[in-house]
Amino acid sequence: MMRNRFWSLAAIALSAAYFFLPLIGMFEFSLRMKRGQYSFEAYRVVLNDPQFQQTFGYSVILALLTIVLGVLIVVPTAYWVRLRLPKARPIIEFVTLLPLVIPPIVIVFGYIRIYNTSSWLPLTGSWIGTNILILFGYATLSLPYMYRAVDTGLRAIDVATLTEAAQSLGASWTRILATVILPNVLVSVLSGAFLTFAIVIGEYVFAALLNLNTFGPYMVWMGGNRAYEPSALAVIAFIITWACMGLIQLVTRFSKFTQIKR
Amino acid sequence: MTSIPTSPARPAATLRLQPLLKWIGIAPFILFALLFLILPTLNIVFGAFHDNKGQVTLDNIRGLFEPSILQAFWISIRLSLATAFFGCLFGFVIAAAVTFGQIPRWLRGSVLTFSGVASNFAGVPLSFAFIATLGRLGLVTVLAREWLGINIYATGFNLISFFGLTITYLYFQIPLMVLIITPALEGLKKEWREAASILGATGLQYWRMVAFPVLWPSLLGTAALLFANSFGAVATAIALTGSSLSIVPIILFAQIRGDVLNDPHLGYAIAFGMIVLTGAANLIYIVLRIRAERWVK
Repeated sequence: MMRNRFWSLAAIALSAAYFFLPLIGMFEFSLRMKRGQYSFEAYRVVLNDPQFQQTFGYSVILALLTIVLGVLIVVPTAYWVRLRLPKARPIIEFVTLLPLVIPPIVIVFGYIRIYNTSSWLPLTGSWIGTNILILFGYATLSLPYMYRAVDTGLRAIDVATLTEAAQSLGASWTRILATVILPNVLVSVLSGAFLTFAIVIGEYVFAALLNLNTFGPYMVWMGGNRAYEPSALAVIAFIITWACMGLIQLVTRFSKFTQIKR
Repeated sequence: MTSIPTSPARPAATLRLQPLLKWIGIAPFILFALLFLILPTLNIVFGAFHDNKGQVTLDNIRGLFEPSILQAFWISIRLSLATAFFGCLFGFVIAAAVTFGQIPRWLRGSVLTFSGVASNFAGVPLSFAFIATLGRLGLVTVLAREWLGINIYATGFNLISFFGLTITYLYFQIPLMVLIITPALEGLKKEWREAASILGATGLQYWRMVAFPVLWPSLLGTAALLFANSFGAVATAIALTGSSLSIVPIILFAQIRGDVLNDPHLGYAIAFGMIVLTGAANLIYIVLRIRAERWVK
């Protein structure tokens, strides 16, 4: 048994080397901008770059809007399927998993074909249209995670009883969803939301092919034209990913105390 | 604790909806899925089998068998197979160490949390991290030269190569495997091991004759998932290699941008080829997952 433990620790130590070296590498590289000394110069340059502020802010707004859109699409659907349409569950679940099956580059290729300027719905023809398109696109990308999270959350509450109670008090459907169901699955919605945020913030393919100057294309441009800034950007992106995952852990742990285990 | 049935079997007396009316509740979702997921994909599939004039044709599919395209598919398939195989192998070792290694609780938790982060740390930043580590001026490259006197680029190593891409992709493939396979390993019941050893089985025999037959659908299924995961990865490859390595997603990306080929229908065919491969891999994953769940519960 001791031998078992030794080999396990050895395996973990070896993989830790593989997983930490690139992190150390990118951090070390990001500090090398000033010759002969370590400094945070690359971060200062990046953070003061108006392009960075613009593209990063743009991606943050897109991510937040995607979350809102995703919640508006997923929560009523998952709720309704649980309440009235259990028959439709396999179909809906299948559809929500499709974005994992079809590569994103193929989906966006389809968008460009269907919604180009000479089509019946020329979304790519205008700035606002393209933004609407990418929002729906990002909502599609986050669908598998969002739906699974919300559906798991709904499983833990008694949807039917809550609905009947609300109805007998005279609540409308929107009121039931907004003030009864949503607060009860808030933790699940938040986990889905943080994951969505992590996905959208650095997304490249959709933005590049729809010609939008978000954070992803900005990073690639920097990668092709600068030496040290890309590493600083990678560190920032890693911290964001880490923060999102940490927040998911935090809210799930929090939920363990507030929800009844079944 | 009594479990209350969550199924909506109880009909609300106040609201008996017409069967058809019920479906209106998911109409927005259906519309959304049709417009932004299903129709765009079908459009590509349709385009793959039609020419410019809208006639049905197999010419585009035939175009896939041009040497340059075929070569790209072959590299992509090998890359995906390699990262799926090694991802499964190393991921399994880590998961086994975490599950059976009697390691401290905090370490187990840290490994799983880190896997969650690393499996999502893909795309552009990941390639920057590897360039900063194994690129020509990267940390490991420099240290190997200064401390050990080894120039790893002189040994034929190049980050912008098949091998380099494999190493980079493994950064998100291994953690994904860890996340998926750890629950499966935890599903192996202690009693099976005890029963096996009572009957005189050695550790190896237990793994070969009990654990592995239970686990193989999970293992193979996850390998299929990793294959699809790697096949569809675009951003990592583009940020790492520019467009110097001809793998399928990069060719399709360039094609959509209008840089090369100048034959839009060949683009459909390439996209269709991608759907077929990732679709098949995912189908294998789903089928095997259902099989796996029979034992691991």
